[in-house]
Amino acid sequence: MANSPKNEIPKLLVHDEIDNVGVVVVEGVTAGSDILCCITQNNSTFRLAAKTDVPIGHKLALIDLKNGDTAIKYGEDIGKIVADVAQGEHVHIHNCKTKRW
Amino acid sequence: MSNNLNISIQAYRRENGRVGVRNHVIILPVDDISNTACEAVANNVKGTLALPHAYGRLQFGEDLELHFQTMIGTGANPNVAAAVVIGIEPGWTQRIADGIRETGKSVAEFSIEQKGDFETIRAASWAAKDFVHQTSEYQREQCDLSELWISTKCGESDTTTGLGSCPTVGNMYDKLLPTGITGFFGETSEITGAEHICQKRAINDEVGERWFNMWKAYQDEVIFAHQTDDLSDSQPTKGNIEGGLTTIEEKALGNLEKIGRSAKFIDILAPAAPPQSGAGLYFMDSSSAAAECVTLMAAGGAVIHTFPTGQGNVVGNPIVPVIKISANPRTIRTMGEHIDVDVSGILRREQTIDQAGDVLIEMIKRTANGRFTAAEALGHREFSMTKLYRSA
Repeated sequence: MANSPKNEIPKLLVHDEIDNVGVVVVEGVTAGSDILCCITQNNSTFRLAAKTDVPIGHKLALIDLKNGDTAIKYGEDIGKIVADVAQGEHVHIHNCKTKRW
Repeated sequence: MSNNLNISIQAYRRENGRVGVRNHVIILPVDDISNTACEAVANNVKGTLALPHAYGRLQFGEDLELHFQTMIGTGANPNVAAAVVIGIEPGWTQRIADGIRETGKSVAEFSIEQKGDFETIRAASWAAKDFVHQTSEYQREQCDLSELWISTKCGESDTTTGLGSCPTVGNMYDKLLPTGITGFFGETSEITGAEHICQKRAINDEVGERWFNMWKAYQDEVIFAHQTDDLSDSQPTKGNIEGGLTTIEEKALGNLEKIGRSAKFIDILAPAAPPQSGAGLYFMDSSSAAAECVTLMAAGGAVIHTFPTGQGNVVGNPIVPVIKISANPRTIRTMGEHIDVDVSGILRREQTIDQAGDVLIEMIKRTANGRFTAAEALGHREFSMTKLYRSA
Protein backbone atom coordinates (compact mmCIF):
# COMPACT_ATOMS: atom_id res chain seq x y z
CA MET A 1 0.00 0.00 0.00
CA ALA A 2 1.56 3.23 -1.20
CA ASN A 3 2.01 6.24 1.09
CA SER A 4 1.10 4.33 4.21
CA PRO A 5 2.90 2.59 7.02
CA LYS A 6 2.92 -1.17 6.66
CA ASN A 7 -0.10 -2.77 8.34
CA GLU A 8 -2.14 0.43 8.33
CA ILE A 9 -5.78 -0.61 8.00
CA PRO A 10 -7.91 1.32 5.50
CA LYS A 11 -10.63 3.35 7.14
CA LEU A 12 -12.66 3.98 4.01
CA LEU A 13 -13.53 1.51 1.26
CA VAL A 14 -14.62 2.31 -2.29
CA HIS A 15 -16.32 -0.34 -4.43
CA ASP A 16 -15.48 0.83 -7.94
CA GLU A 17 -12.85 3.16 -9.38
CA ILE A 18 -15.52 5.42 -10.92
CA ASP A 19 -17.35 5.88 -7.58
CA ASN A 20 -17.54 9.41 -6.16
CA VAL A 21 -18.46 8.30 -2.61
CA GLY A 22 -16.81 5.83 -0.23
CA VAL A 23 -17.75 4.08 3.02
CA VAL A 24 -16.12 4.69 6.40
CA VAL A 25 -15.54 1.19 7.83
CA VAL A 26 -14.16 1.99 11.29
CA GLU A 27 -15.52 3.81 14.31
CA GLY A 28 -14.13 7.13 15.42
CA VAL A 29 -13.38 9.02 12.20
CA THR A 30 -13.54 12.70 13.11
CA ALA A 31 -13.22 16.01 11.28
CA GLY A 32 -9.61 16.49 10.27
CA SER A 33 -8.75 12.76 10.22
CA ASP A 34 -6.36 11.87 7.43
CA ILE A 35 -7.51 8.41 6.40
CA LEU A 36 -6.20 5.64 4.21
CA CYS A 37 -8.75 4.65 1.55
CA CYS A 38 -8.84 1.51 -0.58
CA ILE A 39 -10.67 0.76 -3.83
CA THR A 40 -11.67 -2.87 -3.38
CA GLN A 41 -12.06 -3.46 -7.13
CA ASN A 42 -8.33 -3.07 -7.79
CA ASN A 43 -6.83 -2.81 -4.29
CA SER A 44 -5.36 0.63 -5.02
CA THR A 45 -5.11 3.14 -2.17
CA PHE A 46 -5.22 6.88 -1.67
CA ARG A 47 -5.60 9.29 1.25
CA LEU A 48 -8.50 11.59 2.10
CA ALA A 49 -9.03 14.26 4.76
CA ALA A 50 -12.41 13.85 6.49
CA LYS A 51 -14.06 17.26 6.91
CA THR A 52 -16.77 16.07 9.32
CA ASP A 53 -17.19 13.48 12.08
CA VAL A 54 -18.54 10.36 10.39
CA PRO A 55 -20.04 7.27 12.02
CA ILE A 56 -19.03 3.81 10.84
CA GLY A 57 -20.87 2.81 7.68
CA HIS A 58 -21.52 6.36 6.50
CA LYS A 59 -20.19 7.85 3.28
CA LEU A 60 -17.74 10.62 2.43
CA ALA A 61 -17.53 12.50 -0.86
CA LEU A 62 -14.35 11.56 -2.71
CA ILE A 63 -14.51 14.70 -4.86
CA ASP A 64 -16.41 17.99 -4.74
CA LEU A 65 -20.03 17.26 -5.68
CA LYS A 66 -22.54 19.83 -6.93
CA ASN A 67 -26.28 20.06 -6.44
CA GLY A 68 -27.77 18.01 -9.29
CA ASP A 69 -24.84 15.59 -9.65
CA THR A 70 -25.37 11.84 -9.50
CA ALA A 71 -23.89 9.88 -6.59
CA ILE A 72 -21.99 6.87 -7.92
CA LYS A 73 -21.31 3.75 -5.85
CA TYR A 74 -20.73 0.18 -7.08
CA GLY A 75 -20.07 1.99 -10.37
CA GLU A 76 -23.83 2.68 -10.47
CA ASP A 77 -26.27 5.57 -9.94
CA ILE A 78 -27.42 5.53 -6.29
CA GLY A 79 -29.32 8.84 -6.31
CA LYS A 80 -29.09 12.58 -6.84
CA ILE A 81 -27.01 15.07 -4.91
CA VAL A 82 -29.37 17.81 -3.68
CA ALA A 83 -26.89 20.21 -2.04
CA ASP A 84 -23.27 21.03 -2.78
CA VAL A 85 -20.89 18.68 -0.95
CA ALA A 86 -17.16 19.29 -0.65
CA GLN A 87 -14.57 16.52 -0.89
CA GLY A 88 -14.31 14.75 2.48
CA GLU A 89 -17.78 15.80 3.66
CA HIS A 90 -20.53 13.47 4.84
CA VAL A 91 -22.93 12.27 2.10
CA HIS A 92 -26.27 11.06 3.45
CA ILE A 93 -30.01 11.78 3.48
CA HIS A 94 -29.44 15.51 4.06
CA ASN A 95 -27.74 15.96 0.69
CA CYS A 96 -28.52 12.82 -1.37
CA LYS A 97 -31.97 11.52 -2.44
CA THR A 98 -33.39 8.61 -4.35
CA LYS A 99 -34.40 9.13 -7.98
CA ARG A 100 -37.22 6.59 -7.44
CA TRP A 101 -40.48 6.80 -5.56
CA MET B 1 -12.21 -26.22 0.52
CA SER B 2 -13.52 -24.32 -2.48
CA ASN B 3 -12.28 -27.09 -4.75
CA ASN B 4 -13.95 -29.84 -2.76
CA LEU B 5 -17.36 -30.17 -4.31
CA ASN B 6 -18.40 -33.32 -2.45
CA ILE B 7 -19.21 -32.27 1.09
CA SER B 8 -20.90 -34.94 3.18
CA ILE B 9 -23.40 -34.02 5.85
CA GLN B 10 -25.42 -35.99 8.38
CA ALA B 11 -29.07 -35.16 7.79
CA TYR B 12 -32.59 -36.57 7.56
CA ARG B 13 -33.73 -38.06 4.29
CA ARG B 14 -37.50 -37.77 4.09
CA GLU B 15 -40.05 -40.08 2.48
CA ASN B 16 -40.11 -37.97 -0.71
CA GLY B 17 -36.32 -37.97 -1.05
CA ARG B 18 -35.78 -34.41 0.14
CA VAL B 19 -33.06 -33.76 2.75
CA GLY B 20 -33.85 -31.97 6.02
CA VAL B 21 -31.46 -30.73 8.70
CA ARG B 22 -33.89 -30.58 11.63
CA ASN B 23 -36.48 -33.08 12.92
CA HIS B 24 -39.37 -30.98 14.20
CA VAL B 25 -42.82 -32.23 15.18
CA ILE B 26 -44.97 -29.16 14.53
CA ILE B 27 -48.41 -28.30 15.89
CA LEU B 28 -49.84 -26.16 13.12
CA PRO B 29 -52.90 -23.92 13.58
CA VAL B 30 -55.03 -23.48 10.47
CA ASP B 31 -56.29 -20.16 11.83
CA ASP B 32 -55.65 -17.62 14.57
CA ILE B 33 -58.37 -18.95 16.89
CA SER B 34 -56.73 -22.40 16.95
CA ASN B 35 -53.44 -21.00 18.31
CA THR B 36 -54.48 -21.64 21.91
CA ALA B 37 -55.19 -25.35 21.36
CA CYS B 38 -51.91 -25.77 19.47
CA GLU B 39 -49.92 -24.08 22.23
CA ALA B 40 -51.63 -26.30 24.82
CA VAL B 41 -50.67 -29.44 22.89
CA ALA B 42 -47.08 -28.23 22.55
CA ASN B 43 -47.04 -27.61 26.29
CA ASN B 44 -48.36 -31.12 26.99
CA VAL B 45 -45.94 -32.93 24.70
CA LYS B 46 -42.25 -32.06 24.88
CA GLY B 47 -40.31 -32.15 21.64
CA THR B 48 -43.12 -30.48 19.71
CA LEU B 49 -43.34 -26.94 18.43
CA ALA B 50 -46.51 -24.85 18.04
CA LEU B 51 -46.50 -22.31 15.19
CA PRO B 52 -49.01 -19.62 16.19
CA HIS B 53 -49.87 -16.95 13.62
CA ALA B 54 -52.39 -14.18 13.04
CA TYR B 55 -54.48 -15.28 10.05
CA GLY B 56 -56.61 -17.95 8.37
CA ARG B 57 -60.17 -16.66 8.71
CA LEU B 58 -62.35 -15.04 6.03
CA GLN B 59 -59.51 -14.92 3.52
CA PHE B 60 -60.45 -15.47 -0.10
CA GLY B 61 -59.06 -15.72 -3.62
CA GLU B 62 -55.34 -15.32 -4.21
CA ASP B 63 -54.77 -14.36 -0.57
CA LEU B 64 -56.44 -17.57 0.66
CA GLU B 65 -54.42 -19.65 -1.81
CA LEU B 66 -51.23 -18.07 -0.42
CA HIS B 67 -52.38 -18.94 3.10
CA PHE B 68 -52.91 -22.58 2.13
CA GLN B 69 -49.60 -22.66 0.25
CA THR B 70 -47.73 -21.25 3.26
CA MET B 71 -49.37 -23.69 5.68
CA ILE B 72 -48.87 -26.73 3.46
CA GLY B 73 -45.34 -25.72 2.46
CA THR B 74 -44.35 -25.25 6.10
CA GLY B 75 -45.64 -28.70 7.02
CA ALA B 76 -44.07 -30.24 3.92
CA ASN B 77 -40.63 -28.72 4.62
CA PRO B 78 -38.06 -31.53 5.10
CA ASN B 79 -37.03 -30.01 8.45
CA VAL B 80 -40.44 -31.13 9.69
CA ALA B 81 -40.66 -34.82 10.60
CA ALA B 82 -44.38 -34.93 11.38
CA ALA B 83 -47.27 -32.47 11.71
CA VAL B 84 -50.40 -32.12 13.85
CA VAL B 85 -52.86 -29.71 12.20
CA ILE B 86 -55.61 -28.04 14.24
CA GLY B 87 -58.34 -25.76 12.83
CA ILE B 88 -61.68 -24.43 13.97
CA GLU B 89 -63.60 -26.43 11.34
CA PRO B 90 -62.77 -29.61 9.39
CA GLY B 91 -62.84 -28.35 5.77
CA TRP B 92 -59.77 -26.15 5.55
CA THR B 93 -58.07 -28.29 8.22
CA GLN B 94 -58.42 -31.35 6.00
CA ARG B 95 -57.17 -29.47 2.95
CA ILE B 96 -53.97 -28.41 4.70
CA ALA B 97 -53.39 -31.82 6.30
CA ASP B 98 -53.85 -33.59 2.96
CA GLY B 99 -51.46 -31.19 1.29
CA ILE B 100 -48.75 -31.97 3.83
CA ARG B 101 -49.56 -35.70 3.67
CA GLU B 102 -48.52 -35.79 -0.02
CA THR B 103 -44.89 -35.75 1.17
CA GLY B 104 -45.46 -39.15 2.84
CA LYS B 105 -44.76 -37.89 6.36
CA SER B 106 -47.02 -38.52 9.36
CA VAL B 107 -49.87 -36.02 9.69
CA ALA B 108 -52.88 -35.93 12.02
CA GLU B 109 -55.65 -33.33 11.88
CA PHE B 110 -58.22 -32.15 14.41
CA SER B 111 -61.00 -29.56 14.36
CA ILE B 112 -62.47 -27.80 17.34
CA GLU B 113 -66.18 -27.22 16.53
CA GLN B 114 -68.56 -29.65 18.29
CA LYS B 115 -65.70 -30.74 20.57
CA GLY B 116 -64.23 -27.67 22.22
CA ASP B 117 -60.62 -27.00 23.17
CA PHE B 118 -60.46 -29.69 25.92
CA GLU B 119 -61.40 -32.65 23.77
CA THR B 120 -59.37 -31.37 20.80
CA ILE B 121 -56.28 -30.86 22.96
CA ARG B 122 -56.70 -34.33 24.50
CA ALA B 123 -56.92 -36.10 21.13
CA ALA B 124 -54.21 -33.99 19.47
CA SER B 125 -51.86 -34.52 22.42
CA TRP B 126 -52.08 -38.29 21.98
CA ALA B 127 -51.25 -37.95 18.28
CA ALA B 128 -48.41 -35.55 19.01
CA LYS B 129 -46.96 -37.91 21.62
CA ASP B 130 -47.05 -40.82 19.16
CA PHE B 131 -45.27 -38.65 16.58
CA VAL B 132 -42.56 -37.66 19.06
CA HIS B 133 -41.86 -41.32 19.86
CA GLN B 134 -41.83 -42.19 16.17
CA THR B 135 -39.70 -39.31 14.88
CA SER B 136 -37.23 -39.23 17.75
CA GLU B 137 -36.00 -42.59 16.47
CA TYR B 138 -35.34 -41.19 12.98
CA GLN B 139 -31.59 -41.26 12.36
CA ARG B 140 -29.41 -38.77 10.56
CA GLU B 141 -27.73 -40.41 7.58
CA GLN B 142 -25.02 -39.46 5.15
CA CYS B 143 -26.28 -36.99 2.57
CA ASP B 144 -24.51 -34.54 0.30
CA LEU B 145 -24.46 -30.81 0.94
CA SER B 146 -25.45 -30.38 -2.70
CA GLU B 147 -28.88 -31.82 -1.86
CA LEU B 148 -29.76 -28.86 0.35
CA TRP B 149 -32.11 -26.03 -0.57
CA ILE B 150 -30.51 -22.84 0.77
CA SER B 151 -32.24 -19.46 0.85
CA THR B 152 -30.96 -15.95 1.47
CA LYS B 153 -32.38 -12.60 2.50
CA CYS B 154 -30.55 -9.80 4.29
CA GLY B 155 -31.86 -7.54 7.03
CA GLU B 156 -31.05 -4.37 8.93
CA SER B 157 -28.63 -3.82 6.09
CA ASP B 158 -26.06 -1.09 6.05
CA THR B 159 -23.12 -0.21 3.86
CA THR B 160 -21.08 -3.07 5.36
CA THR B 161 -23.52 -5.67 4.04
CA GLY B 162 -22.77 -4.64 0.45
CA LEU B 163 -19.02 -4.69 1.20
CA GLY B 164 -18.81 -7.87 3.27
CA SER B 165 -21.68 -10.12 4.33
CA CYS B 166 -23.72 -10.07 1.09
CA PRO B 167 -20.70 -10.82 -1.15
CA THR B 168 -19.87 -13.66 1.28
CA VAL B 169 -23.26 -15.24 0.57
CA GLY B 170 -22.71 -14.56 -3.13
CA ASN B 171 -19.39 -16.38 -3.02
CA MET B 172 -21.10 -19.33 -1.31
CA TYR B 173 -23.67 -19.47 -4.12
CA ASP B 174 -20.92 -19.18 -6.76
CA LYS B 175 -19.33 -22.29 -5.23
CA LEU B 176 -22.37 -24.37 -4.23
CA LEU B 177 -24.87 -23.74 -7.05
CA PRO B 178 -22.63 -25.58 -9.55
CA THR B 179 -22.67 -28.60 -7.19
CA GLY B 180 -26.45 -28.88 -7.52
CA ILE B 181 -27.97 -27.04 -4.56
CA THR B 182 -31.22 -25.16 -4.98
CA GLY B 183 -31.01 -21.48 -4.00
CA PHE B 184 -33.62 -18.83 -3.26
CA PHE B 185 -33.36 -15.06 -3.25
CA GLY B 186 -36.16 -12.47 -3.42
CA GLU B 187 -37.24 -9.20 -1.73
CA THR B 188 -39.11 -7.72 -4.68
CA SER B 189 -39.32 -4.09 -3.47
CA GLU B 190 -35.70 -4.09 -2.43
CA ILE B 191 -34.35 -4.75 -5.92
CA THR B 192 -35.55 -1.27 -6.90
CA GLY B 193 -32.51 0.62 -8.14
CA ALA B 194 -30.78 -2.56 -9.30
CA GLU B 195 -33.61 -3.99 -11.43
CA HIS B 196 -31.60 -3.45 -14.63
CA ILE B 197 -28.83 -5.63 -13.18
CA CYS B 198 -31.17 -8.25 -11.72
CA GLN B 199 -33.02 -8.70 -15.00
CA LYS B 200 -29.71 -9.47 -16.72
CA ARG B 201 -29.07 -12.27 -14.21
CA ALA B 202 -32.01 -14.27 -15.57
CA ILE B 203 -31.05 -17.39 -17.48
CA ASN B 204 -32.70 -16.12 -20.67
CA ASP B 205 -34.71 -13.19 -22.03
CA GLU B 206 -38.06 -14.86 -21.40
CA VAL B 207 -37.35 -15.36 -17.67
CA GLY B 208 -35.84 -11.87 -17.50
CA GLU B 209 -38.95 -10.33 -19.00
CA ARG B 210 -41.24 -12.23 -16.64
CA TRP B 211 -39.04 -11.08 -13.75
CA PHE B 212 -39.24 -7.43 -14.85
CA ASN B 213 -43.02 -7.59 -15.26
CA MET B 214 -43.37 -9.05 -11.74
CA TRP B 215 -41.14 -6.33 -10.28
CA LYS B 216 -43.02 -3.62 -12.21
CA ALA B 217 -46.39 -4.98 -11.11
CA TYR B 218 -45.34 -4.60 -7.47
CA GLN B 219 -44.28 -1.01 -8.11
CA ASP B 220 -47.53 -0.12 -9.89
CA GLU B 221 -50.10 -2.15 -7.95
CA VAL B 222 -48.71 -1.86 -4.43
CA ILE B 223 -46.22 0.96 -4.00
CA PHE B 224 -47.67 3.62 -6.29
CA ALA B 225 -51.23 2.59 -5.36
CA HIS B 226 -50.67 2.95 -1.61
CA GLN B 227 -47.77 5.33 -1.04
CA THR B 228 -48.35 8.45 1.05
CA ASP B 229 -44.80 9.74 0.74
CA ASP B 230 -41.61 8.77 -1.05
CA LEU B 231 -41.16 5.70 1.19
CA SER B 232 -38.08 7.35 2.68
CA ASP B 233 -38.90 5.93 6.12
CA SER B 234 -39.59 2.37 4.90
CA GLN B 235 -37.10 1.68 2.12
CA PRO B 236 -34.43 2.29 3.33
CA THR B 237 -35.55 1.65 6.91
CA LYS B 238 -34.58 3.82 9.85
CA GLY B 239 -32.01 1.15 10.76
CA ASN B 240 -30.57 1.17 7.25
CA ILE B 241 -30.21 4.97 7.41
CA GLU B 242 -28.55 4.79 10.82
CA GLY B 243 -26.12 2.36 9.22
CA GLY B 244 -25.26 4.77 6.44
CA LEU B 245 -27.51 3.63 3.59
CA THR B 246 -29.02 6.70 1.93
CA THR B 247 -31.26 5.53 -0.94
CA ILE B 248 -33.14 2.44 -2.12
CA GLU B 249 -30.77 2.28 -5.10
CA GLU B 250 -27.75 1.99 -2.81
CA LYS B 251 -29.53 -0.62 -0.69
CA ALA B 252 -30.57 -2.64 -3.74
CA LEU B 253 -27.06 -2.77 -5.19
CA GLY B 254 -25.71 -4.13 -1.89
CA ASN B 255 -28.59 -6.57 -1.59
CA LEU B 256 -27.91 -8.04 -5.03
CA GLU B 257 -24.34 -8.91 -4.02
CA LYS B 258 -25.94 -11.98 -2.38
CA ILE B 259 -26.26 -13.84 -5.70
CA GLY B 260 -22.57 -13.65 -6.45
CA ARG B 261 -20.89 -13.24 -9.78
CA SER B 262 -21.78 -16.25 -11.91
CA ALA B 263 -25.23 -17.62 -11.09
CA LYS B 264 -28.24 -17.04 -13.32
CA PHE B 265 -31.71 -17.48 -11.88
CA ILE B 266 -33.68 -20.11 -13.72
CA ASP B 267 -37.25 -19.27 -12.74
CA ILE B 268 -39.51 -17.01 -10.68
CA LEU B 269 -41.51 -18.42 -7.78
CA ALA B 270 -44.80 -17.10 -6.49
CA PRO B 271 -44.69 -16.41 -2.73
CA ALA B 272 -44.23 -19.69 -0.78
CA ALA B 273 -44.22 -21.75 -3.99
CA PRO B 274 -41.79 -24.68 -4.31
CA PRO B 275 -39.29 -24.77 -7.20
CA GLN B 276 -40.47 -26.88 -10.13
CA SER B 277 -37.61 -26.48 -12.62
CA GLY B 278 -34.87 -28.53 -10.99
CA ALA B 279 -31.73 -27.49 -9.13
CA GLY B 280 -30.52 -23.92 -9.49
CA LEU B 281 -31.19 -20.39 -8.30
CA TYR B 282 -34.75 -19.05 -8.03
CA PHE B 283 -36.17 -15.59 -7.41
CA MET B 284 -39.17 -15.70 -5.06
CA ASP B 285 -41.62 -12.79 -5.30
CA SER B 286 -41.54 -11.84 -1.63
CA SER B 287 -41.69 -9.13 0.97
CA SER B 288 -38.43 -7.55 2.07
CA ALA B 289 -39.51 -7.81 5.74
CA ALA B 290 -37.26 -10.40 7.34
CA ALA B 291 -39.72 -12.70 9.11
CA GLU B 292 -42.20 -12.69 6.22
CA CYS B 293 -39.52 -13.43 3.65
CA VAL B 294 -37.87 -16.24 5.63
CA THR B 295 -41.31 -17.76 6.34
CA LEU B 296 -42.17 -17.72 2.61
CA MET B 297 -38.85 -19.27 1.59
CA ALA B 298 -39.19 -21.95 4.28
CA ALA B 299 -42.66 -22.72 2.91
CA GLY B 300 -41.08 -22.98 -0.54
CA GLY B 301 -38.83 -25.72 0.84
CA ALA B 302 -35.57 -24.06 1.90
CA VAL B 303 -33.95 -25.94 4.81
CA ILE B 304 -31.16 -23.49 5.70
CA HIS B 305 -31.32 -19.70 5.48
CA THR B 306 -28.24 -17.47 5.15
CA PHE B 307 -28.90 -13.99 6.53
CA PRO B 308 -26.42 -11.15 6.11
CA THR B 309 -26.96 -8.28 8.53
CA GLY B 310 -25.22 -4.99 9.12
CA GLN B 311 -26.97 -3.21 11.98
CA GLY B 312 -28.08 -6.52 13.55
CA ASN B 313 -31.44 -8.04 12.60
CA VAL B 314 -32.26 -10.71 15.22
CA VAL B 315 -34.81 -12.74 13.19
CA GLY B 316 -35.14 -16.52 13.34
CA ASN B 317 -37.61 -19.08 12.06
CA PRO B 318 -39.32 -21.94 13.89
CA ILE B 319 -38.34 -24.69 11.42
CA VAL B 320 -35.38 -23.35 9.44
CA PRO B 321 -32.00 -22.50 10.99
CA VAL B 322 -31.10 -18.91 10.11
CA ILE B 323 -27.33 -18.34 9.85
CA LYS B 324 -26.41 -14.71 10.58
CA ILE B 325 -23.39 -13.21 8.86
CA SER B 326 -22.06 -9.74 9.67
CA ALA B 327 -19.10 -7.62 8.63
CA ASN B 328 -19.90 -4.69 10.90
CA PRO B 329 -17.39 -4.61 13.79
CA ARG B 330 -19.70 -2.47 15.94
CA THR B 331 -22.51 -5.02 15.55
CA ILE B 332 -20.13 -7.90 16.29
CA ARG B 333 -19.08 -6.07 19.46
CA THR B 334 -22.52 -4.96 20.66
CA MET B 335 -24.74 -7.82 19.39
CA GLY B 336 -22.33 -10.73 19.21
CA GLU B 337 -24.83 -13.24 20.59
CA HIS B 338 -26.82 -12.98 17.34
CA ILE B 339 -23.98 -13.51 14.86
CA ASP B 340 -22.86 -16.94 13.60
CA VAL B 341 -20.24 -15.85 11.05
CA ASP B 342 -18.02 -12.80 11.64
CA VAL B 343 -16.64 -11.51 8.34
CA SER B 344 -15.49 -8.10 9.65
CA GLY B 345 -11.99 -9.08 8.50
CA ILE B 346 -13.15 -8.22 4.97
CA LEU B 347 -13.45 -4.54 5.95
CA ARG B 348 -9.95 -4.60 7.45
CA ARG B 349 -8.70 -6.20 4.21
CA GLU B 350 -7.48 -9.15 6.31
CA GLN B 351 -9.93 -11.65 4.80
CA THR B 352 -10.87 -12.07 1.15
CA ILE B 353 -14.43 -12.64 -0.06
CA ASP B 354 -13.25 -16.06 -1.25
CA GLN B 355 -12.03 -16.97 2.25
CA ALA B 356 -15.24 -15.64 3.82
CA GLY B 357 -17.30 -17.76 1.42
CA ASP B 358 -15.41 -20.85 2.55
CA VAL B 359 -16.06 -19.98 6.22
CA LEU B 360 -19.79 -19.65 5.46
CA ILE B 361 -19.85 -23.00 3.63
CA GLU B 362 -18.21 -24.61 6.65
CA MET B 363 -20.87 -23.03 8.90
CA ILE B 364 -23.64 -24.30 6.58
CA LYS B 365 -22.14 -27.78 6.85
CA ARG B 366 -21.97 -27.61 10.66
CA THR B 367 -25.50 -26.22 10.84
CA ALA B 368 -26.75 -29.00 8.58
CA ASN B 369 -25.07 -31.53 10.86
CA GLY B 370 -27.02 -30.15 13.81
CA ARG B 371 -25.21 -27.12 15.24
CA PHE B 372 -27.76 -24.69 16.63
CA THR B 373 -27.59 -21.24 15.07
CA ALA B 374 -27.57 -18.16 17.27
CA ALA B 375 -31.24 -17.59 16.42
CA GLU B 376 -32.12 -21.15 17.45
CA ALA B 377 -30.16 -20.92 20.70
CA LEU B 378 -31.86 -17.61 21.51
CA GLY B 379 -35.34 -18.97 20.73
CA HIS B 380 -36.13 -16.75 17.74
CA ARG B 381 -39.09 -18.43 16.05
CA GLU B 382 -40.71 -15.66 14.01
CA PHE B 383 -43.45 -17.17 11.85
CA SER B 384 -45.06 -14.36 9.84
CA MET B 385 -47.62 -14.88 7.14
CA THR B 386 -47.71 -12.63 4.09
CA LYS B 387 -51.19 -11.21 3.53
CA LEU B 388 -52.09 -9.80 0.13
CA TYR B 389 -55.22 -7.79 1.04
CA ARG B 390 -57.96 -7.36 3.66
CA SER B 391 -60.06 -10.36 4.59
CA ALA B 392 -63.75 -10.52 3.70
